[in-house]
Amino acid sequence: MLLNGHETFGWGTIILHWMIALLILGLIVLGFIMVRPDIDPELQFSLYQWHKSFGMTVLALSVIRVIWWLTNRHPASVKGLSPLEARSASAVHLLLLAMTIAVPLAGWAVASTSTLGIPTLVFNRVLVPHLPLRPSAEAEAFWTTTHALLAYGMGGLVVLHMVAAFHHEFIRRDGVLSRMIRGSLGKR
Amino acid sequence: MPAYTAAALTFTTLTLASGFAQAKAPSLDDAAGRYDIDGSSKISFSVDQVGGGGISGSFGKFSGTFQLDGRDIRRSVVEFSLFPESVQTGEERIEKFLRSSAIFDTKTYPKIVFRSTKITQTSDDTAEIEGNLTAKGMTKTEHFTATLTKWNRRVISFHIQGGVYRTRYNMSTGTPIYSNIVQFDMVVNGQKH
Ligand code: HEM
Ligand code: HEM
Repeated sequence: MLLNGHETFGWGTIILHWMIALLILGLIVLGFIMVRPDIDPELQFSLYQWHKSFGMTVLALSVIRVIWWLTNRHPASVKGLSPLEARSASAVHLLLLAMTIAVPLAGWAVASTSTLGIPTLVFNRVLVPHLPLRPSAEAEAFWTTTHALLAYGMGGLVVLHMVAAFHHEFIRRDGVLSRMIRGSLGKR
Repeated sequence: MPAYTAAALTFTTLTLASGFAQAKAPSLDDAAGRYDIDGSSKISFSVDQVGGGGISGSFGKFSGTFQLDGRDIRRSVVEFSLFPESVQTGEERIEKFLRSSAIFDTKTYPKIVFRSTKITQTSDDTAEIEGNLTAKGMTKTEHFTATLTKWNRRVISFHIQGGVYRTRYNMSTGTPIYSNIVQFDMVVNGQKH
């Protein structure tokens, strides 16, 4: 099933969730490595461009994902969650959803305000214009810090989210992870 | 038209145009000689970027000579050395990047050298310069066009332009965001020996 059911995630949600999750984890690692100051400059240039390309891909997928989320049914929580647990899970999910937009937007702002003025040519093919922000050393520094804080903050949130998923799947055995992997097939 | 006459005509035209009272044309013999490329010269370059704009800058440190042959302009020779360490773009991080191993690798290759192999006069006041450009350990043939812009008994100036494909010199970092072609736009002033 493409769409979400009453208690199940559809393929649309599952594919978007894992594609975005994989890309974001990769981007955090890539971002961390590429800003090391002692890295080979040619490699560094190229890593930055890959980072911007994959980051823009995440932004595009995340916009689709938010629209998908807004227009789809939200499956009920698995059984056995306290109201507090259910509410904090939803809160983390909402926050994660917002971060998938905010983090790449802040990254785009870094590229747009940088006094280097390097164009964003996604996968060396698609030219993405800069955001209408005025480039300056101050603006670049501000967005660089914001982007880094948001990205690592999201990283922390993802760890929490992941630990919760594993806890539910393997300790409480309530099938939370399976239903995000196998969709309706994961229903017990 | 023999080179000699053409050059003489050039200098006539220039002398008249620059409003010198004396109508007597200086002969090419007068222009002949050895010139040192002077620090007032301007070695500018630009590299276009996708979507418009690009990087432009100049090199502050260079040296060179040219030898103008009075009888046969084809036998004139230009030699030019450029120190890429002296690159200026107005953005420090870009300069640092250009000096790094990604582009010039100035630590290993501190000098870029051009030596002409053939000079062909193309009109009254223009010539085509062919020569060997050595940068980052690679030597390739390049072409530049020179226009005579100023001449007197002590000083001679040319406006020299030409495009160089940087990928030929192991400087391909940044393509295709930044063009492969580095456009040179130089004002070369020579002081007569
Ligand atoms: C950047 C990484 C990630 C982001 C942004 C993210 C975001 C989200 C969001 C927004 C939801 C709610 C789904 C919806 O209502 O449509 C969700 C659900 C889920 N995520 Fe993630 N996630 C990420 C990584 C992970 C990882 C690494 C795991 C597991 C190891 C995981 C496991 C789950 C599970 C099991 C659910 C379903 C929860 C339920 O059944 O209600 N996620 N995730
Ligand atoms: C979800 C998507 C993204 C994630 C998770 C992410 C993550 C990161 C991380 C972890 C860093 C290193 C921060 C640091 O240690 O200082 C970073 C840096 C950077 N990111 Fe992203 N990024 C994303 C999207 C983007 C996008 C879309 C762009 C631009 C189009 C971008 C441009 C940059 C730039 C230019 C830097 C380097 C800043 C500096 O020089 O310090 N990022 N990113």
